[in-house]
Amino acid sequence: MMSVPIPMSKMNLGDRGVVTAMNVNGSIRRRLQDIGLYEGCELECVLKSPGGDPIAYNISGAIIAIRLEDCRGILLAIK
Amino acid sequence: MGLTRDSVGLHALDEGLKITRTKKEDRIIALAGNPNVGKSTVFNGLTGLHQHTGNWPGKTVSNAQGIVRSKGKNYIFVDLPGTYSLMAHSKEEEIARDFLCFGHPDAVVVVCDATCLQRNLNLVLQTLEITDQVLVCVNLLDEAKKKQIQLDLAALEQQLGVPVIGTIARNKKSLALILDKIETLLQTKERKPFLVRYDPLIELALTKLERKIAPLNSTPLSSRWIALKMLDAEPTLLASLNQKMNPSFQENPAFQLCLQQVKAELAQAGYSSQRFKDALTAAINLAAKTIASRCIHFKNTNYQARDRRIDRILTSRIFGIPLMLLLLAAVFWLTISGANYPSSLLSSGLFWIEDQLIAGADWLHLPPELSEMLILGVYRVLAWVISVMLPPMAIFFPLFTLLEDLGYLPRIAFNLDKTFKKCGACGKQALTMCMGFGCNAAGIVGCRIIDSPRERLLAMITNNFVPCNGRFPTIIAIITMFFSFSFQGFSATLFSTLILTGVVLLGILATFVLSWLLSRTLLKGEVSSFTLELPPYRKPQLLPLLLRSLLDRTLFVLGRAVAVAIPAGMILWLFANIKIGDLSLLLHCSRLLDPFARLFGMDGIILIAFILGFPANEIVVPIMIMAYLSNGVLIEMTSLSELRSLLIANGWTWITAVSTMLFCLFHWPCSTTFLTLCKESGSLKWGLAAFWIPTLTGLTICFIFTFFARLL
Repeated sequence: MMSVPIPMSKMNLGDRGVVTAMNVNGSIRRRLQDIGLYEGCELECVLKSPGGDPIAYNISGAIIAIRLEDCRGILLAIK
Repeated sequence: MGLTRDSVGLHALDEGLKITRTKKEDRIIALAGNPNVGKSTVFNGLTGLHQHTGNWPGKTVSNAQGIVRSKGKNYIFVDLPGTYSLMAHSKEEEIARDFLCFGHPDAVVVVCDATCLQRNLNLVLQTLEITDQVLVCVNLLDEAKKKQIQLDLAALEQQLGVPVIGTIARNKKSLALILDKIETLLQTKERKPFLVRYDPLIELALTKLERKIAPLNSTPLSSRWIALKMLDAEPTLLASLNQKMNPSFQENPAFQLCLQQVKAELAQAGYSSQRFKDALTAAINLAAKTIASRCIHFKNTNYQARDRRIDRILTSRIFGIPLMLLLLAAVFWLTISGANYPSSLLSSGLFWIEDQLIAGADWLHLPPELSEMLILGVYRVLAWVISVMLPPMAIFFPLFTLLEDLGYLPRIAFNLDKTFKKCGACGKQALTMCMGFGCNAAGIVGCRIIDSPRERLLAMITNNFVPCNGRFPTIIAIITMFFSFSFQGFSATLFSTLILTGVVLLGILATFVLSWLLSRTLLKGEVSSFTLELPPYRKPQLLPLLLRSLLDRTLFVLGRAVAVAIPAGMILWLFANIKIGDLSLLLHCSRLLDPFARLFGMDGIILIAFILGFPANEIVVPIMIMAYLSNGVLIEMTSLSELRSLLIANGWTWITAVSTMLFCLFHWPCSTTFLTLCKESGSLKWGLAAFWIPTLTGLTICFIFTFFARLL
């Protein structure tokens, strides 16, 4: 049941997906790779802050908050 | 770094990486690990030191060290800052990596979080590339058990090829084995550690380079790793390598030729710098995933459900912010209501001692000048500092530590990040502000958790808008004397709490406004990226929590205030009693400042008290009292109501009270904070900016307030 990839910033609470493309550059790209976000990894959108930005994701067991503008370029196939 | 005796003292200014072996057999052991995996708890458990621990990532921002003696050997443990990787993307990662590479540790203990092992393995694998003298310590086994995560440590050991030990850092017994394991590790020479295998083309390039490096490699670092870093071309590391390696192989012509060759081959095969880095991280991530899948079994895949339920409430759109304010108010309420009684008890006790001291001095026939200086000068200032400062601190610090240990503070940063972003700042500034409530100097050191230098400066300059523990009691005392005076019991406390919360919110508002202004003027720049880990909620251990917050934080901060108060009390007494003409020096100065101070709703004495209070905010009120008393009004200060009469007799009105409170919130940082600012920002210029910005803000606010209040 694979659908069209959506940007990570547009995920809804509870959505799970597999990263298909990482169109982000510079320091945030490396930072995200360090915390275990890479093409092919699976993550879940678990929490939205009161203002809707940042959003927290479950990335290999850790809850990481990321700002929307920083993860807009990351595409996921939602499961 | 939390609020410890080191971080709030002048020691906050050193960060040194100098480790000295006293004997040749001494072992230097580095403790590495991801942020917030209990590394500092392991460190404390082993060394018996009081490195502050708290449930938020980035608490240890510089290296701490401690010694353990066991079986005739000294083990010098170095607690490195928590890092996700060793690729040196941030200051902490650079500190950690440089220590692993050039600090010559005999062994590295990589502390891992058992509940999040896969991510932690990334760091283990990167460490194994540098050295094989590694002990993997899987910590927080108790939490993993609670979450029904099954770990096969024997399989992990087999996979990694280095010893693995499981620990529950809060349980010291489980730590005892670490030293034995390290000793065994150091005595085994043959090891086959797991090495990450990269794409075939990268492997080929590595092999070629490694062959050239190995004969020239005079360091304990693995040649394969050096080869990898040569290809990765990190300028800071290449420079350090060049410095440490003698003779430098980087200038070796054969090596240079080979390096250019393999680089060209890789470029031809399509490995741009970006793709090369991607290939590295992908391989490491994949290896971690594979190993994890062989050693970890989740019996309950929904093990975080409870944490998420709590999070959904604490960070919800409707309740998130109100709950935060409520919690803040609750902490203040408990502090104010709890401090009232012990405070008056302490002061009557201490003033009873004063009477005995006076009687004793009479009996000894001490010259009246000396006994007055010692008793009315030194002792009285001391008594004030203790009776007014100690009770609120002794309540506030444990409450704050409780919130910290539970893991609530990162949620505040999560809730407020959007607002900080709008002001051009970083959400982690919320964490440094929380530390500022304890001590601004510690808050400023804590700003190291913010990666972007621009955002770090913003956080440092505005940290003083959060009232520290030295200023809280002053504000509380003014509120009690002038605003909730006519109320009784519960409603008085409630009213005080509301005003105090309002004052603190005003400080937070000023932080936002000033951050916004600064990022459009002095500190222009883009908002950088932001990632923040929200750690699992942890049940705090109450007894250690109490001991730590009382002994480490309260007594230490109080001790510092007392150390300042003693000489200050003596100087002040002299100032207030040496007369030129018929006025004391203090009154001469205050008269001089008086017309200026009145513009801002205060009087000369209040302003001079703030100026003389530069060494420590705690002594501002005692200075005022002494100055007013030397005005000829003789009152024995045993309670706030008597202090209130003294102040009113000296012309205080509600306008004076509000202005003084506002100026207490918005004025220059204390001397320790100022020195820390200069040191942390690396320049006197920013130190002075952080001195004048809150001062000018305060003067402006007080001026406007007084102007309009007097119209009423």
